[in-house]
Amino acid sequence: MSEALNEQAIARYRNDFLKEVEERVEEGEWVKMCMQCGVCAGSCPFGPHWEHSPQKLFMMIRAGKREEVLSSDSMWMCTSCYNCVVRCPRKLPITQIMHGLATYAYRLGLAPKDQPTRFFSQLFWKNAVHTGRVNELKLTLALYFKDGLIQGIKNAWGMRNIGLGMLLAKRLNPLELFHEETCKDQEGIRKMLAKARELENKRRGFSKE
Amino acid sequence: MAKKEYAFYPGCSSRLRGSASNYLVSVNAMCKTLDVKLTQIPDWNCCGASIGYAESGELPRHVMNARNFALSEKHLPGRDIVATCAACWLNAKESKEKLSASADLMKDANEALKEAGLRYEAKSEVRHMVEVLIEDLGYEELGKHVVKPLDGLKFAGYVGCQTNRPFGIAGESFENPVYLDKLVETVGGEAIADYDQKVTCCGGALAFSEPDKSQKQIKDIVESAYDRGADMIVTPCPLCQANVEIYQSEINRKRGTKLAMPVTYYSQLMTVAYGGTLKEAGLDGHVIRAKKLEEIAVKVIPAKKR
Repeated sequence: MSEALNEQAIARYRNDFLKEVEERVEEGEWVKMCMQCGVCAGSCPFGPHWEHSPQKLFMMIRAGKREEVLSSDSMWMCTSCYNCVVRCPRKLPITQIMHGLATYAYRLGLAPKDQPTRFFSQLFWKNAVHTGRVNELKLTLALYFKDGLIQGIKNAWGMRNIGLGMLLAKRLNPLELFHEETCKDQEGIRKMLAKARELENKRRGFSKE
Repeated sequence: MAKKEYAFYPGCSSRLRGSASNYLVSVNAMCKTLDVKLTQIPDWNCCGASIGYAESGELPRHVMNARNFALSEKHLPGRDIVATCAACWLNAKESKEKLSASADLMKDANEALKEAGLRYEAKSEVRHMVEVLIEDLGYEELGKHVVKPLDGLKFAGYVGCQTNRPFGIAGESFENPVYLDKLVETVGGEAIADYDQKVTCCGGALAFSEPDKSQKQIKDIVESAYDRGADMIVTPCPLCQANVEIYQSEINRKRGTKLAMPVTYYSQLMTVAYGGTLKEAGLDGHVIRAKKLEEIAVKVIPAKKR
């Protein structure tokens, strides 16, 4: 599915990666407005941990470096702190563009395979829409056990003091495994989201043409 | 009739025995004193937070928020929506802004909402509880109810990210917002004006997926509070609160530090200052107990001061 989407995108946009980003990435139409001042790069809390700053990514997009951009780990480092957004002299919605690029890379199957934030994002959304509300216990356990039972037990054991502290503070509910607080109209939410996804695919050109 | 009435969007973390359940407990007590009535939006759903982005895409995320708006407009017409969680507030506000700016997106959102029998009109506003306190009630009104001023306590006001950026509180700067310090002073505490980690990111949801990188942030936030003589940190954000409080023991284990800085909510300070009990202020809901605030909470007020 993602492979076919990627081939379809390459065929459609040829060497015009900027146009591809403008049409298919959330807020992508802003990329060309970047004036390369670098304030975003200096404002990011996770600055020391990425290879490509937003500023670099924007220039790479304009230079047509499709593969490097979409397989980059950097946009996954966005903590959604919005510091770059409020400081950008051109008022680019940089946080949203980072999310948009990461999302697009993931849809095309080009995102780094073991990217932990990609995994957590997927886990979080699925957890939230499953019943309409987040089940914090299942979310945490699913993250600990992502690499299998043995590693999961090790992870959970490593965090036992935090878990126990939260339990004693009455901020963790072990019963959430069996009984969860949910939205009543789960069926409505499911249908609503299916429709939204269908409309978005159409608008972004992901549906079969 | 209550002085002020709102449609309430409590959010997932505020649920009973959720990670921010004690935030809701203290908000309820605070609102009781201030005669603010909060009516939950019936069947509200998750805002998607920020971290859901890669799986959700754009429209599904907006539609989740539009559903809450639509439910509020249907069941609680004419009322502003109030959120206590920074992420709930930000995401709802962002969705409202995006949908209102694009007729196409709005049309698509309503086509999706129709599947759930709802319609979004973009009539109601969504606001953070802090906005209600400052803008609808005002510092003077908030100060009137203080019966136990938090004398002698020093607070590092940690505003964090999402109550501050990109929307923030009207009239405040992104780099140095002062409303939290003013709230601290309103209830008789001392705000540390030069606390330099006031708007630093705690790592947000990446505290789960990138724990070491986030814990570096948290360490800075806590150590700066120590350096400036804070008795505790105070924050308006449930994720800031949880991250900064519960990972201190992890940081101690990994880096040999001895961090044990309490992290409280503004609503807990206000509840205690308004004469609420330790439980009403949700102070029993901490991993690192805010002992100095607890001491004030259990103190009996002399009769003449009442």
